[in-house]
Amino acid sequence: MGGMLGIVAAAILGVVMMFVGLISQKSSVIRIAGVACFLILVGVTAFDFSAIHEQGTQLYFNNMLSVGIKASWFNVLISACAFIYILIFNNHITKVGKNDAEYFALMLFIMVGVFMLSTYNHLLILFIGIEILSIPQYILAGSDKENIKSNEASLKYFLMGAFSTGILLMGITLIYGSVGSFEIGNIATAFQGEVTALPMIGVILLIIAFGFKVSAAPMHWWTADVYDGTPTAITPFMATIVKVAAFIGFINLFHGAFGNIHYSWKLTIAILICVTLFIGNITAVFQQSVKRMLAYSSIAQAGFMLFAVFALNDTAEKSIIYYGVSYTLASIGVFAVLIKLKDYTYEGFNGLGKSHPLYAITATVCLLSLAGIPVTSGFFAKYFVLTAAMEQGLWLGIIVFAVLMAAISIYYYFRVIRAMYFTSSTEEITIESNPMEQILLVINAVLVVLLGLFPQFILG
Amino acid sequence: MGVLMRRNAIVILMCVELMLNAVNLLLVAFSTLYGDSDAQIFVFFIMVVAAAEVSIGLAIIVLMYRKVQSVDINILNRLKN
Repeated sequence: MGGMLGIVAAAILGVVMMFVGLISQKSSVIRIAGVACFLILVGVTAFDFSAIHEQGTQLYFNNMLSVGIKASWFNVLISACAFIYILIFNNHITKVGKNDAEYFALMLFIMVGVFMLSTYNHLLILFIGIEILSIPQYILAGSDKENIKSNEASLKYFLMGAFSTGILLMGITLIYGSVGSFEIGNIATAFQGEVTALPMIGVILLIIAFGFKVSAAPMHWWTADVYDGTPTAITPFMATIVKVAAFIGFINLFHGAFGNIHYSWKLTIAILICVTLFIGNITAVFQQSVKRMLAYSSIAQAGFMLFAVFALNDTAEKSIIYYGVSYTLASIGVFAVLIKLKDYTYEGFNGLGKSHPLYAITATVCLLSLAGIPVTSGFFAKYFVLTAAMEQGLWLGIIVFAVLMAAISIYYYFRVIRAMYFTSSTEEITIESNPMEQILLVINAVLVVLLGLFPQFILG
Repeated sequence: MGVLMRRNAIVILMCVELMLNAVNLLLVAFSTLYGDSDAQIFVFFIMVVAAAEVSIGLAIIVLMYRKVQSVDINILNRLKN
């Protein structure tokens, strides 16, 4: 036994969390229960990992789930990231609306989808995983019911998500139509050498559907509006953990099932990378609101993560996990400071360096990591995904292009840092700070640096 | 096509359902082609998930309707400013 306990635990804890909401209305009780649930989840996934470490890859449900060492390591890391997110944001999540316990419950249900995406071995599980991942998100996006922006974000996200589900299913069906099986292994053996048009269309449709989920351009237009409209306490969860999980699903499918026909889809992915990097970075430069800038920067980061899909090798699969963790921690750090401010424009950050040096320092470390400055983990994350693409030995042009785009991204990240340290504010920024949260932010920033110094911890 | 052309959120939802039904039909057709019942089971899952998705979607549309008294998605453009 062991391996899929994470899925079971996340589902049960989600239900438990809903009962906690029934029993107690106090937000303090609910917060503690939420943090405890995620802590238990980290423990259970760690137990899973140790079991898998001993027994090797495990198959469940007639080969529908295959829990390997990489997948279970990813599960541990992603639940640890979710735990850090909950620790920092639990206070803010309960302030979003009235149904506090349900928000935590929905996040736990999302974790079920995350674990399914990292371990599926059958296209049915892929489909169900993506749906479990998405449907709670539609609700979370609209959780601030009184706010019309939140409602709009929710509706927009829902319409886009439902549309992409249709495309995903069509892709799965066409693949099935040409292979006669939903299993990843069977698809991989069936697809060798030249393939006909039917599965090709299926693969393209799957790329489009995943492009929606990971917000790769040209399927990115919903991202900025949705991330902007969603309550700021929820946005980091959507922009980091869910996105990274979608990437793991993307990679598992394209490396596992379509690895033998790499030649047929690599051009599409390469174009996707270039367009995503270009649109993400250039649009981010022109944003006035930091929250929108972060939304576009998440599109740009998705462009880098697509390199791991593009490069078909072992390094790529390791580097996507590293990239995911480093991007998640850095984004959480920036959002944690952003949520404290009343004004989300760049001016809102003015003089933060003087008035609240601790918040400014942690935000700076995280922004540096997002920009990919050495010593922080963001640098190595970018370095590893690009190395993976280099090992593939193809098309050095897009790697050069990616490095250029990373240079552009430094401009808009540094604009925030400049606002914090070199511009003085006319108004006094008032932030209610508690020591617990400050300690957590420092720990988060230290983790970002430590992962940069010791990348072997995640890769090894 | 309906998803891209229509402006009414409920009609868009119906168009998405049409897409899913097309997939269901195709799956059943492939299932008879291969003499394999996997795809028919898949169809049941799609139906269940589609029902869940529609219930969430209609709830969101009702929420929106209460705010702006309309289900026209052109209103969504307000977020951009």
